[in-house]
Amino acid sequence: MEPIIEIRNLSKTFGTGQAQVAALQNVSLQVQKGDIFGIIGLSGAGKSTLVRCINLLERPEEGRVLFHGSDLMGLKEKELRLQRRKISMIFQSFNLLDQRTALDNICFPLELVGTPKKEARKRAMELLETVGLPDKADAYPVQLSGGQKQRIAIARALASDPEVLLCDEATSALDPQTTRDVLRLLQDINKRLGITVIIITHDMTVIEEICGKVAILNHGQVAEIGQVTEVFSHPKSEAGRRLVYPDGLPFELSEGRVIRVAFNGGTAYQPLIASLAIDCGVVVNILGADTRNIDGKAYGTMLLGLPESETEAAKAIAYIQSQKDITIEEVRDYHA
Amino acid sequence: MLEQLISFLESIGVSKAAEQINFLFDPVNIPFAVWETLYAPLIATVLAYVIGLPLGVLLVTGEETGIRPMRRGVMTGLNTVINLLRSIPFLILMVMVFPLSRLILGTSIGTAATIVPLTVAAAPYVARLVESSLREMDRGVIEAAQSMGCSTWQIVTKVMLPESLPGLINGATNATITILSYGAMAGNIGGGGLGAISLMRGHGRNQTLVLYVAVVILVLLVQTIQSVGTALSVKADKRISHK
Repeated sequence: MEPIIEIRNLSKTFGTGQAQVAALQNVSLQVQKGDIFGIIGLSGAGKSTLVRCINLLERPEEGRVLFHGSDLMGLKEKELRLQRRKISMIFQSFNLLDQRTALDNICFPLELVGTPKKEARKRAMELLETVGLPDKADAYPVQLSGGQKQRIAIARALASDPEVLLCDEATSALDPQTTRDVLRLLQDINKRLGITVIIITHDMTVIEEICGKVAILNHGQVAEIGQVTEVFSHPKSEAGRRLVYPDGLPFELSEGRVIRVAFNGGTAYQPLIASLAIDCGVVVNILGADTRNIDGKAYGTMLLGLPESETEAAKAIAYIQSQKDITIEEVRDYHA
Repeated sequence: MLEQLISFLESIGVSKAAEQINFLFDPVNIPFAVWETLYAPLIATVLAYVIGLPLGVLLVTGEETGIRPMRRGVMTGLNTVINLLRSIPFLILMVMVFPLSRLILGTSIGTAATIVPLTVAAAPYVARLVESSLREMDRGVIEAAQSMGCSTWQIVTKVMLPESLPGLINGATNATITILSYGAMAGNIGGGGLGAISLMRGHGRNQTLVLYVAVVILVLLVQTIQSVGTALSVKADKRISHK
């Protein structure tokens, strides 16, 4: 299937001469229609530049940005403006028009193309319903909370009937509960309206909550790309590991072998370590763990220090391997 | 009534009390002077905005990081001309544009003739005021507008100017007051109004009472303009929660 958005060999530098900084280097990725695609990276990784290259708010020096297979970079300004209406965007700081009411903010994209006022208002009211704020039509942004502002921004982004919604750190200014609500809304929009969502974030939990695929961006390059469950349970790249274990691994010296246990979506509350102790009588040392409960399923990894006795260690490995949805690998370069 | 006032003023040593009081209480003199004080500067303010507003917009949109960058040479030229006009003291500028006033209005003397130098002096000032108001705008909002497919013209007319309205109103208040005070200076070259009265009668003919009354009226005018301007700006500003 042809991807709805494809980025090919994209490079972008800022500044000139000595002060030149490569924001993006040879970035390629594909987003399929209907995906919720996450792009994660630490600050300075080039995420915001990348998302701005998708609607060409930033112009890359090299590479191509394809929307439905056609190159956006070759378009004249006027044609590009038309395409931009199909690729909406929401922002960390909401970027609402402060001097307009919520309703008039939502009408704005319609006003740009000369939609009759009455029709625009009707559509805007529907969108207010969609984002769950029908009673805020006449409120000005200053009277709204952060979460409400982002909902209005989402409604505004939907007004032009886009095919793609770009979210640039859209939940980073919101508290955890509001973040979850806004993510639910995005998920709902994705499901109900079939809008492809691309999410830029530095927050793992955002990706875990709603993304199907994820790309890890590191120093302007794609370090890793794949299904969220795959990437987060077995980060292959150094950058991926740094993200999955942000504080590094908590170290506790162990003389024996070290294994990494990955939970791939089994029952979250299966007490693996306890049952290992009870069933086999083997006590292992938890060196580090980063597991998450997503929809009642366990994802993540645990680093275990095995007993020095080879037989005990083998017993533990055999036991863990027999569990469903759990894989293990030996860590050979483990340094305390 | 008036006679009692005159004799009282004479008794406390005010010279030419009769002449001054008769002038001040004349039904025409002061109202006409107020009208003259206001009309030339107000027309000049409007004209200054006709020229200065687009220039101020260009100063923001045309710069390198603006939404429609213009050639560096054009921007440098524009900035230089504005700085140049702003650095000439108004009294000198006024004399320098005499030929222009004569060309446009056929005369360089009189209240109407002051509209030309007032406009020339005020337009670059207005351009800077507009520029600084527009610069206060959050770039993110402009970026959002671009992401929605706004044209440059739409960004200016539907985003930048409406979003900056409270600041623009404040700027216009400042501009009006500055031009009003320039206008009073124009009393020197045959412009009319309270400025001319203060200078010619108050200072020239040593009619101190007239001088003070004229000045007090000027102060009241400025206060009124400022209050109205501030009130309008606050009313227009939806970032303030009006309860």
